Amino acid sequence: MSLSRAASLSPQGTLLSEVIPPSSWQKKQQNPPLPTGNRSRCPEQDVSICLLVALLQRILHAPAPGMDQESGAASAGSFISLNEHEQRYYSGLHSLCQADTSGQLSSGKVAELFKASQLPPEALHKVTEVCGAKRLGYFGTPQFYVALKLLAAAQSGLPIHLESVTANLPLPRFLGLKNEPEMRYSAVPPSIDSQGAQGGTAPGSLSWTPADRSAFRHLEANAEKKELWSPPRSPCGSPSRSPLTYRSYPYTKQRNGADSQIAYESKHSSQLEQHSSPSNYRTKATVEHPAMARASSSERLDQQGVVDYSDDDPWRITEEQLEYYTNQFKSLQPDLGALILGAIAKNFFTKSKLPIPELSHIWELSDVDRDGALTFSEFCTAFHLIVARKNGYPLPESLPPTLQPGFMQQEEDIPDTPESAEPLIVFEDTELRPNRLDRTIIERLQPSLATTKQDLKEESCKQDVGVKRVTTSQEKQTLQRAFPERPEPPHDLDPQMRTKTRPRSYSSTSFEDAMKKAEEPPTPPPRPQKTHSRASSLDLNKLFQQGAPGVKGGWLPPPPALPPRPTTSQVPHFISVSEKTPQNKVQQPNFADFSHFREEEESSVKPEEQGLRSRFGRSTEDLTNASKQDMIGVSHSQAPQKPVRRKYHPESQNLEAVPPPAMPFAPPAKPAQKLLSGQKRGIQMAIRKNKETNAVLTRLNSELQQQLKVVHQERVTLESQLELLRPVAST
Amino acid sequence: MAVCIAVIAKENYPLYIRSVPTQNELKFHYTVHTSLDVVEEKISAVGKSLGDQRELYLGLLYPTEDYKMFRKLHNSFTDVMCNPFHNPGDPIQSKAFDGIVSGMMVQTG
Repeated sequence: MSLSRAASLSPQGTLLSEVIPPSSWQKKQQNPPLPTGNRSRCPEQDVSICLLVALLQRILHAPAPGMDQESGAASAGSFISLNEHEQRYYSGLHSLCQADTSGQLSSGKVAELFKASQLPPEALHKVTEVCGAKRLGYFGTPQFYVALKLLAAAQSGLPIHLESVTANLPLPRFLGLKNEPEMRYSAVPPSIDSQGAQGGTAPGSLSWTPADRSAFRHLEANAEKKELWSPPRSPCGSPSRSPLTYRSYPYTKQRNGADSQIAYESKHSSQLEQHSSPSNYRTKATVEHPAMARASSSERLDQQGVVDYSDDDPWRITEEQLEYYTNQFKSLQPDLGALILGAIAKNFFTKSKLPIPELSHIWELSDVDRDGALTFSEFCTAFHLIVARKNGYPLPESLPPTLQPGFMQQEEDIPDTPESAEPLIVFEDTELRPNRLDRTIIERLQPSLATTKQDLKEESCKQDVGVKRVTTSQEKQTLQRAFPERPEPPHDLDPQMRTKTRPRSYSSTSFEDAMKKAEEPPTPPPRPQKTHSRASSLDLNKLFQQGAPGVKGGWLPPPPALPPRPTTSQVPHFISVSEKTPQNKVQQPNFADFSHFREEEESSVKPEEQGLRSRFGRSTEDLTNASKQDMIGVSHSQAPQKPVRRKYHPESQNLEAVPPPAMPFAPPAKPAQKLLSGQKRGIQMAIRKNKETNAVLTRLNSELQQQLKVVHQERVTLESQLELLRPVAST
Repeated sequence: MAVCIAVIAKENYPLYIRSVPTQNELKFHYTVHTSLDVVEEKISAVGKSLGDQRELYLGLLYPTEDYKMFRKLHNSFTDVMCNPFHNPGDPIQSKAFDGIVSGMMVQTG
């Protein structure tokens, strides 16, 4: 279809003077400017050139810009000879590239145009230089026309010199621009000739493309027109990147050309995005450079409706992050429903070491109710912004939708924007910020994009199926490949977050870690709960240290000391029990029984020391050093104390110990299992020890009872002797 | 539609000043400064108003439709002040504040 049309187009055409009503799209198509024979292009290109020309004519039809272009063309024509076709074509391209009314052409658009010419970068440089734009720093109309001429010359194989300009050249061919001018013009006329243009575009597209395309195109035109056109209108080129991105995106879908063409165009459009900062013309030098970035970015466009991406990824709070923020909030304000005061939040966020103006901006973004305090969602927002900023993302001007307070509860699925900044992050970090602006603009286009994407998909199925499908799938693949760049930054956050929510013994170099470390001094108490890297020792830690900062795995010695304990005789146990009583008294007042024992047996403790030393081989390393009875007692009691303590403090301590560790244990599955088994082991050991201690103590008890009886009997005999002696004395 | 907006601190230096970039910008600045005299006069007349901005506002020269503007400005000013990272006495650097002020400025050219 398109091929036949292209063939039917005659290279002639003197329609410059003709006023072409917008409705007669067919007629416009009869002005193909270019002989296509000598070019090994795809037929669609010819069609697109026809479109371009048609658009040119529409522009000419529109009075104001058309006149400017014609005058510009005339002025340029005085310097170089442009035939009618060229004049038309160039005027169209000129209006295409015109971003503002100052007469200067948007360097970004010019760059895009140049890229579309498929010339090597050196050639483009040369062209820029020769036409004088490099010297000037911008593309004025004459420079632009000269450049176009030079492009045509280069494309036909002539050297890029000013002399070539005078040669009779065919029009330069540009890839990837055909639809864009059409799109643009469909947007431009609305400001001038709204109805006609729209009507013209739609039937035009219908006539020359399969109906599918037109539907998509119309949709896209309407969708993009209002919103996208105003950004490109502004002198700032960065928003223009987004519409160009969009256009190149549908365009890639539409083309039946080879993959290379599509890839090229995507590269081209992505480069344009990179360098649409109009004031910086020197960036053109880098235009050619990140071609792959462009490819990936525009290919990424394919996935816009599919993959959660760009604005949302860095600005969406993940589960781990949310959990972490919750913990942080709790550390500042235990009640999740309450507010964090401004001063507290200030101190907290100042630890992040971000500059104060940025923190101030973050506060402004997150305190949506303007009350000088942060609710939980506001806090999460602020924290997330800080985290993102720390990871290199520039601060947005307004709150991204995923961070707005209502979002946290809703989990809205906001369609994403093609992120042109993703590859740009790789190549040019300076472009990040404008891209952010793009995104906010692009966000509005999501619904339309989603629908257009659907249309495109349908189209791709209907049209040259094989090539299309291959290209789209390839694009998707490259897009997905390129995508990991973007999810990685947030994923970098996530593992870090994960490490934060999990035991803080993991080392990471993130800001969260820095913050965490900064926080550690002020909030030591929560920490011990998380130091459960040692599975079996948790209970023991809790038991022995009673809230002291967590000791990680420092309790190996006591477990080995346990086995010898059952082998020791009851006497040492008895003594150790008596030694334990002071500690027991301190910790658990309900064992006053032993205090009685202690008083009675204290005398027997000393002679038993040596015995103890001999018995407690392993656990008495300290004993040998200890000179005081108390120390010995304590060291003795370290080993036996454990089961006793565990026995006596099962409810209070173990319960306290187990639930808090259980909470942090929950998130990590693997360590939790180890911990559970460790806990089981610990508990079982504790049970065994307690039983042994029980047996020992009962034996001890019976012996003591016996001794008591013996002593009692002695007392009785002594008393009787005394009585016997007394009467003797009295008498 | 304001031609010039200025926020003056207690010490009579401007925390924030912005005017439509036409000519006579310096003149605006002077006017702002001299208006401080008017304000001071009103303050001394009222006595201890304790920073009741609204009362002072009503004492201004054009109290009618500018009321909404002033209220908006004042709201945004308080928002800035609420920011714990903002030190009172620093020049106001808030982007939101700038945005609101721009919205209130004369929008010609």
